[in-house]
Amino acid sequence: MELDVLILSRLQFALTIMFHYLFPPLTIGLGGLMVSLEAMYLRTRNPHYEQAAKFWTRIFAVNFAMGVSTGIVMEFQFGTNWATYSRFVGDVFGSALAAEGIFAFFLESGFLAVVVFGWDKVSPRVHFFATCMVALGAIFSSVWIVVANSWQQTPAGFHLVGEGTNVRAEITDFWAMVFNPSSVDRLLHTLIGCYILAAFFVMSISAYYLLRGKHLEFAKRSFSQALIMGSVMSLAALIQGDVQARNLKKTQPAKLAAMEAHFETGTGGTPLYAFGIPDEEKRSVRFGLAIPGMLSFLIHGNTQEPVMGLDRFPRDDWPPVNLTFQSFHLMVGLGFFFIAITLAAWFYLWRGKLFETRWLLWIFVVSIPLPYAANQLGWATAEFGRQPWVVYGMLRTSDGLSKSVTAGQTLASIIMFGIIYALLFAVFLYVLNDKIQHGPEPVTPPEKTKGQDLADVAGQRAGTGGYSLTMPGESPHNPGPTPSK
Amino acid sequence: MDLNLLWFVLLGILLAGYAILDGFDLGVGILHPFTKTDQERRILMNSIGPLWDGNEVWLVTFGGAMFAAFPEVYATVFSGFYTPFMLLLFALIFRAVSMEFRSKRQNPAWRQTWDWAFFGGSTLATFLFGVAVGNALQGMPIGADKEFTGTTLDLVRPYPVLVGLFAVATFAMHGSLYLSLKTEGELHKRIHGWNWRTFGFFLVLFLFTTVFTLVQVPLATRNFDQHPWVWLVVVLNILAVSNIPRAIYRARPLHAFISSCAAIAALTFLFGVALFPDLVHSSLSPDWSLNVYNGASSQKTLAIMRNIAFLGMPFVLAYTCVILWVFRGKVKIGHFSY
Repeated sequence: MELDVLILSRLQFALTIMFHYLFPPLTIGLGGLMVSLEAMYLRTRNPHYEQAAKFWTRIFAVNFAMGVSTGIVMEFQFGTNWATYSRFVGDVFGSALAAEGIFAFFLESGFLAVVVFGWDKVSPRVHFFATCMVALGAIFSSVWIVVANSWQQTPAGFHLVGEGTNVRAEITDFWAMVFNPSSVDRLLHTLIGCYILAAFFVMSISAYYLLRGKHLEFAKRSFSQALIMGSVMSLAALIQGDVQARNLKKTQPAKLAAMEAHFETGTGGTPLYAFGIPDEEKRSVRFGLAIPGMLSFLIHGNTQEPVMGLDRFPRDDWPPVNLTFQSFHLMVGLGFFFIAITLAAWFYLWRGKLFETRWLLWIFVVSIPLPYAANQLGWATAEFGRQPWVVYGMLRTSDGLSKSVTAGQTLASIIMFGIIYALLFAVFLYVLNDKIQHGPEPVTPPEKTKGQDLADVAGQRAGTGGYSLTMPGESPHNPGPTPSK
Repeated sequence: MDLNLLWFVLLGILLAGYAILDGFDLGVGILHPFTKTDQERRILMNSIGPLWDGNEVWLVTFGGAMFAAFPEVYATVFSGFYTPFMLLLFALIFRAVSMEFRSKRQNPAWRQTWDWAFFGGSTLATFLFGVAVGNALQGMPIGADKEFTGTTLDLVRPYPVLVGLFAVATFAMHGSLYLSLKTEGELHKRIHGWNWRTFGFFLVLFLFTTVFTLVQVPLATRNFDQHPWVWLVVVLNILAVSNIPRAIYRARPLHAFISSCAAIAALTFLFGVALFPDLVHSSLSPDWSLNVYNGASSQKTLAIMRNIAFLGMPFVLAYTCVILWVFRGKVKIGHFSY
């Protein structure tokens, strides 16, 4: 296969966006957790909440820095590799991007400095406010990104101007653009995915501490809170996903057909494949397990009415069926796994044995890559399913490229990103492991702090907190305790 | 003021904000190898530790605003600058990584490697910004179809390279003045010496670049005839620049730093005047230059964006000031440190 600019640019975009998207979901999910922990601390003044808030803030900071570094790349890439696409969508995306820059980026990055480095510089209330702003900024950011992406899936509120190669979309109705037919559905699903990921992240680390017999009080508290979030959100993903699929019938039927490898519309009820290997040439599914009438039931609410298949679309307009099908089915499979494992945890919690059930805790420890995979696969489904269009029905991906960029330049940049992202990932794992091994700071026994001004206590704790992205106690100038390994 | 002009001005403000804010932390990186001890290097890195992330957001927002307000310009410039911009991303990420990695081990060879990465990333990024500015002024080979028609080598010419070096000297000076605010004792005394030396480099390159611009970029002065008030900014620029040595001499680091901020703002303004109404000159034909009208989004989009910006900008400015205030004062190496 000849490596042309199109394939290389798509590879590069896939590499950089998937790497970037390792970080934002945790930022969004943990942001919510930090807000709730600090709120509890302000209300109860229970130092355990403060300890937990500080620990997760340190993890959050490492993750956030990675998100910013890899996010700049995304913004450059629209212009460098996809100039024609940028000209086409610029007018429509303009408002969304401006809003993201002004409301989200500045809010997040500005207040993050206070959240991470400011424990002993501002009062707990101001700190709580800063945490709220960071969490809010992360959500704002996802809103505008999902709105822009949804506009590419289901364009609305615009008209086309110009002709030939100069054609571009111009906005006619801002709110129709923002609330295009898929944006609310997709935003909800994206946020649910983020919260599932954060919940499993917290449960994984907490389960690890429980198995090692370390930080038990902290680990139990964190695990239980995350379990609530994880189980509720896993169920929500299933219900919301079902609603979304029914809307897809109207907005992007080709994507729906590809997700289910549904080739021929036929006349009766449409079956649902639980698994299988779709064959685009033979227009059939090999080694598949079909449940008769099930897809019709899920989409139409009865087992008789056929669902529109890929035969209703020109062959050139088909998404890559196998990739879309497999990404989607893997994501759904993982979703059911999340529901099952959280229900199992509830069962053992109810029996009062959860924290002694080592095999289950081990499953939670090693499951951490799975919610990451589910988030990536969800986006892969959305993006594969939109092909061959970059803006659905308006602009083909192959027409969106930069005209002045060569295959050699693109290849060189892919190699460069490959190297630097491998390095970045090594740093991330190294620092993350450091934080986890170090664990939360010990809580000062309450009797010692009695009678002291709360601000003093906060100041003292901050002094032993170690909020740098690095390890405390590494230098002779550092008065802190050595990490408890 | 029409919307296209307004967005040209707002982009200028974002660019100036970026140059002033990330300018000092890039400058600190450029000066990094001139320290003597590990402790000094840690002080330098920690002086920008809580801030560089937020400073870089100005670049992200500048890019986003350019995409939004002038998509044709964004598309042409970013695809035309493909290789330099990939190097820029490489430099910026590498720099961030080096700050995180450096303090992980005590091993001197390890630390030295990341020290050079920090210096190299900061210097290369600054240089490439200057090269981009120089190319926008001197003109890029842009055809009638608004597409970049040259190769990467067309961008490496004497004038953009000079502007690149000027950028390095400017940020080095700006960073050293910032460090005067953040350090004390022995290091502070030595940085006083850096103030003079970096100012010297800055002054020489400032004069060279000014002369070269007048010779090489004939379009640069066209707006001066129509709008004589622009001379006022030239005068302010000269006043700001000459106040820097005065303040260094009187040991008033804050005054020196503010003057340097003003000088950078004035230079950005003059860069805008030299371009207007173009955003990038075409070296092939003046008719093919990308300007604020033929490169812009629709009036409706520009109006929506104006409302968003006016709604959000006061907040951004307010909390930028609050955060700089919270982290004022001398650097103390402690638990929060790199």
